[in-house]
Amino acid sequence: MDFKEEPVDSKSSSRRELLKGGALAVGAAAAGATVGKTALAETPAPALPSYAANEAPQIPVSPDVVAYGVRSHYVKSVRIQEDGRPPGATSRYDNFGLTIHIQTPLQDSIGTIQASSLHYCATTKGAYVPDIDPDKHTLLINGLVDRPRIFTMADLKRFPSVTRFHFVECIANNANATHKNVQQSHGTCSNAEWTGVLLSTLLKECGLQDKATWFIAEGAEEVKGASTLPINKAMDDVIVAYGMNGEPLRPQQGFPVRLITPGFEGIFNTKWLRHIKVVDQYQLNMNDFGHLRRDETSAALGYTWGAKSVITFPSGSQKLPEPGWYEITGLAWSGNGAVRKVEVSTDGGQTWNEAELKGIPLRKAHTRFGYMWHWDGDEHVIMSRTTDETGAVQPTREQVAKALGLAYTPNFRPPGTNNTIMPWKIAKDGSVTNGLA
Amino acid sequence: MGSLRIVPILLLLASPALAQTYGIGKAPTAAELAQDITISPTGVGLPPGHGTAAEGEKLYVDKGCVFCHGPAGVGGVSVAPNLVGNKGTGPGDPVWKRVNGGEADGALPILAPDATIVWDYINRGMPLGNEGSLKPDEVYALTAYLFVINKMIPEDKVLDQSNLAQIKMPIGTEWVRVPDWKPGAPRMPGYPY
Repeated sequence: MDFKEEPVDSKSSSRRELLKGGALAVGAAAAGATVGKTALAETPAPALPSYAANEAPQIPVSPDVVAYGVRSHYVKSVRIQEDGRPPGATSRYDNFGLTIHIQTPLQDSIGTIQASSLHYCATTKGAYVPDIDPDKHTLLINGLVDRPRIFTMADLKRFPSVTRFHFVECIANNANATHKNVQQSHGTCSNAEWTGVLLSTLLKECGLQDKATWFIAEGAEEVKGASTLPINKAMDDVIVAYGMNGEPLRPQQGFPVRLITPGFEGIFNTKWLRHIKVVDQYQLNMNDFGHLRRDETSAALGYTWGAKSVITFPSGSQKLPEPGWYEITGLAWSGNGAVRKVEVSTDGGQTWNEAELKGIPLRKAHTRFGYMWHWDGDEHVIMSRTTDETGAVQPTREQVAKALGLAYTPNFRPPGTNNTIMPWKIAKDGSVTNGLA
Repeated sequence: MGSLRIVPILLLLASPALAQTYGIGKAPTAAELAQDITISPTGVGLPPGHGTAAEGEKLYVDKGCVFCHGPAGVGGVSVAPNLVGNKGTGPGDPVWKRVNGGEADGALPILAPDATIVWDYINRGMPLGNEGSLKPDEVYALTAYLFVINKMIPEDKVLDQSNLAQIKMPIGTEWVRVPDWKPGAPRMPGYPY
């Protein structure tokens, strides 16, 4: 039988026939003891193992399956356009259909990282995703450095690399009562393994000058989106990343190279990075429009992320089929450092139970937590809160309002990045809805 | 004990990170340095050139700005911001409600604290679909037009690389700096969350 010459379908069906034949043959062989030598002699020779108990059809082998792999067609989890609008529709974030804000399906998330294909994505205002040839792409570093340098991608990969897990979260990740599920309320946040060279390594190579206080990072997309960041951050933990989850960055994630600014608001994580300029005064740039504020509170709180967590199961639009044991599970993270503790409440925040942390919490990265809970079939409001390594505790919306001396109403919108506690309501029929609604 | 303390110091001295460099990368050529289009708030980086509002008004139509932002900067398509501020909602709130009634949402050029930002925004981000195509004189002219329709400069003012940074923006000092970030610093002093 020539496997190479035959089309895929006939190949697998032929093979199935062969296996069935083998099974019959084995059966015949077993019966053969009473039938005699003649029957045995007519039995086809190879007694292959029987797969008769496995009723699942085989997945046809195709070049795609070999080359890059394909998930099961039973797995339907997909990203969505923010605000629940269909892909390409105009929204507040979608000027002229160019800007994209895509949310990751956290309700289906497993473990701590988002597959690169499911990682959230937001682009610069008015920008497409550029299709960049990595062999032609360069990164220029100039300004307050002794030795301005231009690096090719091959150059960047010669430097000592780091591989770190970090979350990236857009300031638009701001849960409100209209959100139906955790993808809409928290899906503009993802966690991945990033590989690259520390920006501090590159700045030392270029001879960073003492008077440097800020740096401007600029992308290569058509509007050349740029942000200004503190040089202290550059020298702390900023990564010039070219790898993500074991492969090169995807175009939507800044291929071939981007900035990762752990714990800082999403837009600072400049994609398609082409230029870093070191300067000695703060300046607003194309991408800094959201950070132009008239009060200290929203300027400061819109800059970095605090301690935050959310329950991903059971969460909005999901349903518990029957009373009994369930693992309440979710994700916790902090822009200040590592998660120290996560607590879960099943009575609307009156009492709190410490959850199990899955694995070792990493700095400025998602940590999976779980809490075993026996649902009694009654109505419950469940929620999680985390405490990070600095001792900061994730607040309720009321606590934020009180701490800032602001009036609290049901429509209260926390200033800056919203790291408040997210409640989910479980009804008697097991259906789960937004606890803010 | 003493020798054990010396070991890490010796390791540090052997590390290229301390005093040496790896020698990777090249000094940029003049052409490569021309990629640097950043403009400082004091005007460093502005290319030579000049333009007037009259020239800008013509370019505003010729370059297609009018299709999105509307005639004279008002009444364009809904997703493009008005380019002219309104009168504000009250004496204490003259600037922040100027454009589309929103706070800094899509309105950076008018709200910006530095005139250089308007020039930079047009230069790198406009016009839609043909970004980066404007010549310096054209950007000065469009910037002058934007300032005139916002009644910020006289109609006959010629903007150039030496006077642009001196133009006072309507926001004045009514904006705050982002925090002076340090590793381990709280998000905001005194804020527990």
